[in-house]
Amino acid sequence: MSKDTPTIVLVGHGMVGQRFLEALAERGLTATHRVVVLCEEPRPAYDRVQLTSYFSGKTPEDLSMTDLRFIEDHGIELRVGDPAETIDREARRVTARSGLVVDYDVLVLATGSYPFVPPVPGKDAEGCFVYRTIEDLLAIEEYAKKATTGAVVGGGLLGLEAAGALKGLGLTSHIVEFAPRLMPVQVDEGGGAALLRTIEEMGLSVHTGVGTQEIVVGEDGAVTGMKLSDGSELATDLVVFSAGVRPRDQLARDCGLTVGERGGIAVDEQCRTVNDPHVFAIGECALASDGRVYGLVAPGYEQAETAAATIAADEAAFTGADLSTKLKLLGVDVASFGDAHGTAEDCLDVVYSDSRAGLYKKLVIGRDGTLLGGILVGDAEAYGTLKAFTGSVPPVAPEALVLPAGAGAPAQLGPSALPDDAIVCSCHNVSKGTIRGAVTDHQCTTVPEVKKCTKAGTGCGSCVKVLGQLVTAELEASGVEVDKGLCGCFGQTREELYEIVLALRINSYQELLDRHGREEARGGDGCEICKPAVGSIIASLAPTIGASGYVLDGEQAALQDTNDHFLANLQKNGSYSVVPRIPGGEIAPEKLIVIGEIARDFGLYTKITGGQRIDMFGARVEQLPLIWARLVDAGFESGHAYGKSLRTVKSCVGQTWCRYGVQDSVRMAIDLELRYRGLRSPHKLKSAVSGCQRECAEAQSKDFGVIATANGWNLYVGGNGGATPRHADLLAQDLSDAELVRLIDRFLMFYIRTADRLERTSTWLERIPGGLEHVRDVVVHDSLGICDELEKLMQAHVAHYRDEWAETINDPEKLARFVSFVNAPDTPDPVVAFVPERDQMKPDLPLLSIGMRPAEDVLEGSAQR
Amino acid sequence: MTLAPETTDLKVELALDGDWFTVCDLSMLLPGRGVAALLPDGRQAAIFRDRTGELFAIDNRDPFTGAAVLSRGLTGTHQGRPFVASPLLKQRFDLASGQCLDDEEVQVTTYKVRTA
Repeated sequence: MSKDTPTIVLVGHGMVGQRFLEALAERGLTATHRVVVLCEEPRPAYDRVQLTSYFSGKTPEDLSMTDLRFIEDHGIELRVGDPAETIDREARRVTARSGLVVDYDVLVLATGSYPFVPPVPGKDAEGCFVYRTIEDLLAIEEYAKKATTGAVVGGGLLGLEAAGALKGLGLTSHIVEFAPRLMPVQVDEGGGAALLRTIEEMGLSVHTGVGTQEIVVGEDGAVTGMKLSDGSELATDLVVFSAGVRPRDQLARDCGLTVGERGGIAVDEQCRTVNDPHVFAIGECALASDGRVYGLVAPGYEQAETAAATIAADEAAFTGADLSTKLKLLGVDVASFGDAHGTAEDCLDVVYSDSRAGLYKKLVIGRDGTLLGGILVGDAEAYGTLKAFTGSVPPVAPEALVLPAGAGAPAQLGPSALPDDAIVCSCHNVSKGTIRGAVTDHQCTTVPEVKKCTKAGTGCGSCVKVLGQLVTAELEASGVEVDKGLCGCFGQTREELYEIVLALRINSYQELLDRHGREEARGGDGCEICKPAVGSIIASLAPTIGASGYVLDGEQAALQDTNDHFLANLQKNGSYSVVPRIPGGEIAPEKLIVIGEIARDFGLYTKITGGQRIDMFGARVEQLPLIWARLVDAGFESGHAYGKSLRTVKSCVGQTWCRYGVQDSVRMAIDLELRYRGLRSPHKLKSAVSGCQRECAEAQSKDFGVIATANGWNLYVGGNGGATPRHADLLAQDLSDAELVRLIDRFLMFYIRTADRLERTSTWLERIPGGLEHVRDVVVHDSLGICDELEKLMQAHVAHYRDEWAETINDPEKLARFVSFVNAPDTPDPVVAFVPERDQMKPDLPLLSIGMRPAEDVLEGSAQR
Repeated sequence: MTLAPETTDLKVELALDGDWFTVCDLSMLLPGRGVAALLPDGRQAAIFRDRTGELFAIDNRDPFTGAAVLSRGLTGTHQGRPFVASPLLKQRFDLASGQCLDDEEVQVTTYKVRTA
């Protein structure tokens, strides 16, 4: 860019800073301006709201919010680990720590805030931490290794998260809060009490109404305890200060910008500093024109948009924001919105409280019936709807809105009752009218499309449920029938068909179609979508519903996709590939030699697969039984590489050989692979077992992955490689062998029961209401009381497993199907031909596009050249 | 018990150049699945039987990939008409007309088929 290009300097690259950059790019300002970003932290912007998820297995990379392609594509000069040190407003010049000097036309301060540490003696001792950055978390994690007890100063949102994290690290955890209740800003006394009970039940010790007077330090200079204001002393090895944050406005103070009495860079409605039109401040470091410093990300985003719009000379203003929040704290829903504390004159409360269930719901209602605000603890299901109604008179009595369904008047107040100007997504300030418009004017028919079109639901995600209801309602209203059916033959979802098959013990596809199919499909032949889906359901439940466990038996044979029908994988020229099972990837030399001999004798192309086994390509249909016979003879069985079923359980060598291994991962992988082999499921299932945290088996990219710990096994679920990679989520920790197997039994059967056709565990986990938490409730805590049944179903599968290859080669009637031609069983398919490549062979593709060979050639027919 | 011979001895026949060409026993055809037959001129036919017992025959070659695999596809009913979906890239073909249901410019040959 030329020297005359105007320059925008952004100081601070947090969530709000990144959003500001995006807003610049959207307005085309990155093309017309040089943009320089000075970032103090050693990494670009990450999701600080989700910081604590680092302790549940998210890596710093997962938390990143910065697409480096974006930075690069827009020519943004991002300097991480290089904070701004001085600002010369007269010369309009910023100097960074590295010595870099940048002259600016516009300067935007997004320096965020810093944790407030009360000035108590000993606060800087070894073992004292704050909770703000990934680096803080890394330090806490390291120090916690040699600690047994931890205390958190501050019982607000972050404090509770930090205490939960300490507990997760194996420490006995205490929370010390000066106010008389937890989360004093968000909830009132009643809500705090409900929260307290639930938090204490989790094994956290809570001390409210006491202050920290001194950090007690041992002779080695490290923390040994805390003195509290009530005279008591708490022994602890580690202290985390989480007593609120303060705006980081030192840079602004140093260059003479006005700051508020309690901090914060004073700005006007355009987020411009009150002293200098060339300088803006956004996010937690800014004191907004309404006299408040906003510590939430949604108002910060709005300020970022406002500043970018102002720089682009568009009209925009930030005049204040809603402080509504909905969080899941240590598994407890907590939400507050509007005038949560009832500060308006003459307002009235409607309260529902159930201490036994840890529920507390309060609505603040104006004299005229207007909903002003509220607090929800323990169940924040209605948050999205209630918040959108705030400021208006809801169409039903307020009591009905807080009472649980079934008690009194259960009002199902859907989002369709909302006025068009109600804000549904407050992160992006999207109204219900805009969402409806996306459906009616922009032809969006799904939630992902609406998200893309309106940005709604792409912030904190708390409105996605309401979004789904709105989209469905709008589609229905405009006459589009929202058909959730599996296909043209069945109006039910796969999950519903599973329930029908299981409950009514239906073991025939035709019976299911004729009795439960769509009217017009009954008596017909079904289709290529429902046949394999129902075939899979019947196979998963075979022993329980009295069907044959052999997929080529009777009617089941006609339901299978060609791969399952031929128990091999169809390749592009009509030949098949064959993959024998090699459990855990462990194979003896003798067996390796057998595979080599078979591949050589049948002229097959061989390749090592990603699942630690060997694939043999280029087998013609009539060769398959001969190949299986040799494999079965040598002790192999089907690897089900062709099925929507368990593929492999990879492993690293583990404790047996590896100097880092802490458990026998190979044995566990073999056990798991043999237990779940042949299990038909909505999609393929992959697994892996790693012998230590180094994770050489890549278990976190699997549908269910197991990682050894010193105390047992950690179970991760919902991982995926492929086109949309997803890291698996930690489901449970430090399990014994038996606990691990039991949880996987339940998890897999719950997935098979509730997933859609061809829905991998990763998308399933993202889709099902409640996500990971719900799955954990069901399979770990048995919240639906179905775990017994899930386990029984799996036991039945394990007990009835038989090898499909062995079964087929011993059945002359089935073998007769394995021919290229029904009228010439000994003639190979002439279309299947090969040419040499790199010492092996590959399909002869030119032949395919040219067409058939001349007839005389065919009748002499050799398939191999 | 022995079943009546007329139901077990039936043969499947294709019409080729005005003649009937015998392919196989009817019992070789599983309802809902196909078989492939090699014709005297080197072409291949895919023969299907639906659940009512009706027979259909089309060219076995998948015009989209060139592989002779249509006999290995899954069959079904679309708006009352029988079809097979190619096992490779899943295009559907009307079994009675040979018309591809997913690309109106593509059609495969059909054969008359009967039992005798």
